[in-house]
Amino acid sequence: MPVDRTARKDELRDYVLGLVSALVLTGIPFALVAWTRLPVNALLWTIAACGALQVIAHLRFFLHINLSKQKRDDLHLILFTIMIVLLMAGGTLWILFNLHARMM
Amino acid sequence: MSVEELKHPGINLGQTDPQSHAEAEEVVFGFWVFMMSDVVVFSLLFAVFGTMITATAGGPGGHALFDIKSAFEETVVLLVSSFTFGMASLAMKYGEDRKVGWLAFWLVATLVLGLSFIGLELRDFVQLIDKGDGPDRSGFLSAYFALVATHGIHVTAGCVWIAVMVIQSFVFGITREVKTRILRLGLFWHFLDIIWVTIFSFVYLRGIV
Repeated sequence: MPVDRTARKDELRDYVLGLVSALVLTGIPFALVAWTRLPVNALLWTIAACGALQVIAHLRFFLHINLSKQKRDDLHLILFTIMIVLLMAGGTLWILFNLHARMM
Repeated sequence: MSVEELKHPGINLGQTDPQSHAEAEEVVFGFWVFMMSDVVVFSLLFAVFGTMITATAGGPGGHALFDIKSAFEETVVLLVSSFTFGMASLAMKYGEDRKVGWLAFWLVATLVLGLSFIGLELRDFVQLIDKGDGPDRSGFLSAYFALVATHGIHVTAGCVWIAVMVIQSFVFGITREVKTRILRLGLFWHFLDIIWVTIFSFVYLRGIV
């Protein structure tokens, strides 16, 4: 079945790409934190950027989620969840840090 | 080659098993709803951890506590286990009719990696508690243990699930039910990996910086 074989190759490539990008994106911040002495702010931004990129890579390569029209429902649910998280987690952080600042 | 229609997150069975593929849409979407609610749980644990980050009550903070080498080992183990689970999914999708061999092999490999992850994490926890830095030491450590252990419990549940699926695939063969269950297990496993990435970045790396 030639169709199956190309499809299999595509999907195998996705998983390999996922593994490689995940290891690279974990390795970069780890190496920077473990062996270099960059300024703290630069380190924090690098960690955050690599973490965010890695989450996207996992969604794309391991969970096969992309922006195609076929999967609207799943994407809607992700967007809805992001909204809830922003409200609840963001709200928690905002209020408690605000309170903390006022108590100091 | 026509583009395969994707019906749900994770690997799609598609043309290799059209009937199971049609059936999978509903159950996988239902499981996806559960996972999104789990995202909310974890994000709130993160928020609690964020507000507790300075609440060390005179005790040690992240810099003194965390062993980055150990956290890095755990990360690599979990990342590779996500890959081996991907291989198991491919073995299930393209494997010859009803042959369990490769599927079971990759599932067992994932199980071994999952168990080693839990072993490494428990070793970390025991070391912390031995030094007197258990969850009762400070608000910061309570939040740390709540967050990381919740993830650990999820991984433990995932390991039990993998073991069950290995047994089911031998007892029932690779039937439609077994296939859709493994699809959902795959989502769960890859999802746990994503949560760990954020824990590694924001708890361990950030703490050590």
